[in-house]
Amino acid sequence: MTMTDDTTGVLGQRLLRREDPALLTGEARYTSDLPIPGALHLAVLRSPYARARIVSVDTSAAASMPGVTAVFSGADLADTWAGPMPCAWPVTEDMKSPTHYPLAVGQANYVGDGVACVLANSATAARDALDAIEVEYEPLEAVIDLEDALSDRVVIHDEIGTNRSYTWDLKIEESEGQVDQAFADAAYSVKERYIQQRLIPAAMEPRAVAAIPQPFGGDMTLYSATQVPHILKVMTALTLGIPEHQLRVVAPAVGGGFGSKLNVYAEELLCVALAKRTGSPVRWTETRSEGNQATIHGRGQIQDIELAADSDGRLTAVRVRLIGDMGAYLQLVTPGVPLLGAFLYAGVYELPKAYDFSCTSVFTNMTPTDAYRGAGRPEATYAIERAMDALAAEIGIDPLELRRRNFIPTASYPYEAMTGLVYDSGDHDRAATLAAEMIDYAGVRARQETQNVPGATKRLGIGVSTYFEMCGLAPSRVLASLNYGAGGWEAATVRVLPTNKIQVVTGTAPHGQGHETAWSMIVAEKMGVSPDDVDVLHSDTAIAPLGLDTYGSRSLSVGGVAIAIACDKVIDKAKQIAAHQLEANPDDLEFSGGEFRVAGSPDRAMPLAAVAFEAFTAHNLPDGLEPNLEAHTTYDPPNFSWPFGTHMCLVEVDTETGQVDVLKYVAVDDCGNQVNPLIVDGQVHGGVVQGLAQALYEEAVYDADGNLQTSTLAEYLVPAASDVPAIDTGHTITPSPTNQLGVKGIGEAGTIASTPAVINAIVDALSGLGVRDVKMPASPNTVWRAINEAQGGQQ
Amino acid sequence: MIPAAFDYVRAGSAAEAIQLIGQYGDEAKFLAGGHSLVPAMKLRLAQPTVLVDIGRVSDLSYIRDGGDHIAIGALTRHMDVEKSPVLAEHVPLLAHAAGHVGDPQVRHRGTIGGSLAHADPASDLPATTLALGATYVAEGPNGTREIAAADFYQGYFTSALAPDEMLTEIRVPKMGGAGWSFQKFNRRAQDWAIVGVAAWQRGSECGVGLVNMASTPVLASSVAAAIAGGASAAEAAEAAASEADPQADLNASVEYRVHLAKVLTRRALEAAGG
Repeated sequence: MTMTDDTTGVLGQRLLRREDPALLTGEARYTSDLPIPGALHLAVLRSPYARARIVSVDTSAAASMPGVTAVFSGADLADTWAGPMPCAWPVTEDMKSPTHYPLAVGQANYVGDGVACVLANSATAARDALDAIEVEYEPLEAVIDLEDALSDRVVIHDEIGTNRSYTWDLKIEESEGQVDQAFADAAYSVKERYIQQRLIPAAMEPRAVAAIPQPFGGDMTLYSATQVPHILKVMTALTLGIPEHQLRVVAPAVGGGFGSKLNVYAEELLCVALAKRTGSPVRWTETRSEGNQATIHGRGQIQDIELAADSDGRLTAVRVRLIGDMGAYLQLVTPGVPLLGAFLYAGVYELPKAYDFSCTSVFTNMTPTDAYRGAGRPEATYAIERAMDALAAEIGIDPLELRRRNFIPTASYPYEAMTGLVYDSGDHDRAATLAAEMIDYAGVRARQETQNVPGATKRLGIGVSTYFEMCGLAPSRVLASLNYGAGGWEAATVRVLPTNKIQVVTGTAPHGQGHETAWSMIVAEKMGVSPDDVDVLHSDTAIAPLGLDTYGSRSLSVGGVAIAIACDKVIDKAKQIAAHQLEANPDDLEFSGGEFRVAGSPDRAMPLAAVAFEAFTAHNLPDGLEPNLEAHTTYDPPNFSWPFGTHMCLVEVDTETGQVDVLKYVAVDDCGNQVNPLIVDGQVHGGVVQGLAQALYEEAVYDADGNLQTSTLAEYLVPAASDVPAIDTGHTITPSPTNQLGVKGIGEAGTIASTPAVINAIVDALSGLGVRDVKMPASPNTVWRAINEAQGGQQ
Repeated sequence: MIPAAFDYVRAGSAAEAIQLIGQYGDEAKFLAGGHSLVPAMKLRLAQPTVLVDIGRVSDLSYIRDGGDHIAIGALTRHMDVEKSPVLAEHVPLLAHAAGHVGDPQVRHRGTIGGSLAHADPASDLPATTLALGATYVAEGPNGTREIAAADFYQGYFTSALAPDEMLTEIRVPKMGGAGWSFQKFNRRAQDWAIVGVAAWQRGSECGVGLVNMASTPVLASSVAAAIAGGASAAEAAEAAASEADPQADLNASVEYRVHLAKVLTRRALEAAGG
């Protein structure tokens, strides 16, 4: 099937998103918009200390306040839980995980850790009652610094006796000692340390939960602003001891997640447990400050990376040592995040089997970390792309030239990397060439010669970043090899209704991605109907009982492909019915444009609409064929999907103030065939802005006592539209050979590529002043300090 | 983000507002545009028991030519200050600075009097009116009085207003064709300045106000003295932080703030005096 070349087809068109009118006019219903008569409101009292023994909790004054139904401490609810909060990714057999309950018992371990909660008849009454709960704390020393944590000078959790959660190694050598030998023999080598600062996901919609007991002691319905209704159902059932079939999870309109809603949270479990206990609906909506404190953070790594290269600059070995910041507890996939990057520290470059990766993850007294847009892969890409620039500087060649020398050659695809992973397709030189043309790379280099002269206060810099995104999570067997607690398949049902309207049931759980639009386009293309005749049902476990939800740029390359396969099954069945009606052999029928035709007899045809009605009436079906046109598929992808590309960023740095002005940003992304280029561009724009935000603006800052200094959006600097540059998107199209649509994911690519492109540009601008690195976020103060330090304290 | 409980009363006139604030005492607060007070209340950093809403006191929203000065009603919205042709002609520095307050939503709700009375040293308009030598008019139970901007600011969020006084008018001298510049340095367009400089210059006479360089807005008198003594912009700017006492925060160290004040003052004077 051709997609991008077929101008008459639906696929490849820039259809406006059908989701947007409701979202943009405010008519979309988010969890906190749901009218729920009689609901009790939950409010959570959170620890003001990063680490403190909970000596006593006196709830009596709060319990007697107007409108208050009940007040609970962690100890009060200790027997409510069938098990602790879940972590689904025990990356090693000996991984340490402290017991974690929705409300802390005995000891609070980060500022924001739930200590007690209130149920009241209004959100206001619940909030007011929090102030009346009296907790006696015995503050304990907090551990904030990762290397300090590693030393076990202070052990946070007595029960596990160490702050180390696990060490996970990936050492790949042809012969033992090859990595060491490569470094000994290297013509050039670099050793760099990079800090991935903690980030706060800051989805536009805060988290919100509502648990509603159904009548007559029946099932429980849990509404949640979640990316993972299916996973949440399983985990909630296990944690609360509720039979899974008696729990329904619905994710109504969900306003962004970026991984932060890929989790099972204390408030979800509290709402269900307390709804069960009281028999009343219980609801909760997060405040922004709660979100900054008690929704997972992203990133949080110290990366030591070493590259060895031969005299031509070709990589001969890569060595990486990571320290991962888990935060106070392990959330759903916390420990797995560094592993998602572990395979990518050689980037898009040819490397012999000389790779030595090791990650040790530690607990700290800060908010738990977990998957955040890109999850492990932005960190890996940042390290290799920054280190490639360092290596280029060491050798004294242009960073783009160094990359070209190391690109995996296009002719090598599909390419089995030294890790054993097979990269399905790639054409890095083409993407880099296109990006270089779009930004006028040669012209910029020439301008730098005249502009970046001694004494110049406005210096021009250009940054390059090339990447592979290992996404489309994932082949279930590969996930098994990484000890992940679930598979990577996706389910789809395609159902042709009697009037030839089509229902698609998907296990993906969109929260801004535009699946309703995109999935309707896939079905329209396959079935020869208008996208308007296709309805996409999702995010309700009563409607879509099987699914693995939306994260890791998996929805199109797994869930979308599942839909295409289900369409094929429906067409196969319809073909049998049409053949029966047309008195032809099914093998002689062709299906296109929504019509079955007998090959060579154009007048013998039957539209799908007629077949659908025949299938419905079942008056005259082939012997043994079941009525109705419906097919279900569960698709387990054979490989990850491997989008790739090159981003380039042009900056001007004011050396007097340290201010960075992004003059131009070019993103060339290859995500294979594009279902809807408008949505692709949107994903790239959002991703680039989020990655640029890490480079320039965002950081979750803690003081030495573990107090979060960036608890509101006044301190945590999410850039606004006026703070980001126009983004020029370009695309090359290298269809994925591993799925019938030829598609790859694009949800995280922008975030993965952009952060190093921006920092590389800043360092490039300042290289003439002796600056070799700038810490993130590259705030004006930080850039100014880097210049001062490079100049020996003098400017 | 639920504030603590409070009572709400609406004043129809300045006199009624003053009577109401007197009646409710120390725990009452005026509510004007609400863009400083309400966020603080939502975080429960401020918990007034009564809000006296003066937002409907329409006779305090005006911009009038007072001869040698322009008189601005305290409840004039930032957007009206920004777009005023009278101010564009006579006090362009203030109109321009008003266009840098917050974002368009803030500028449509927030008021000049609210901003000045809040006495946040990181706000743009206190330092700007200080540089311009403005006089504020306060009304209280015993009538009105004039307070020079230079005498108004006493510390973080602390002004010379008595609890039962209300800021009613801002009188800004006409600039008489002086050159001017407003240098606001921040990381996001909508944010408070990390450092800001409001400056005007006419020959050897100038006024320079600094944003976010102390617990109050700062009048950089040493800079003006240097300019009066014939110093160049670059030379005078070296004295920019002489009257300042900046604090460190997440965006800037003390050392960096001092450095920024000098750079921005130089740039402002170069633009204003050029």
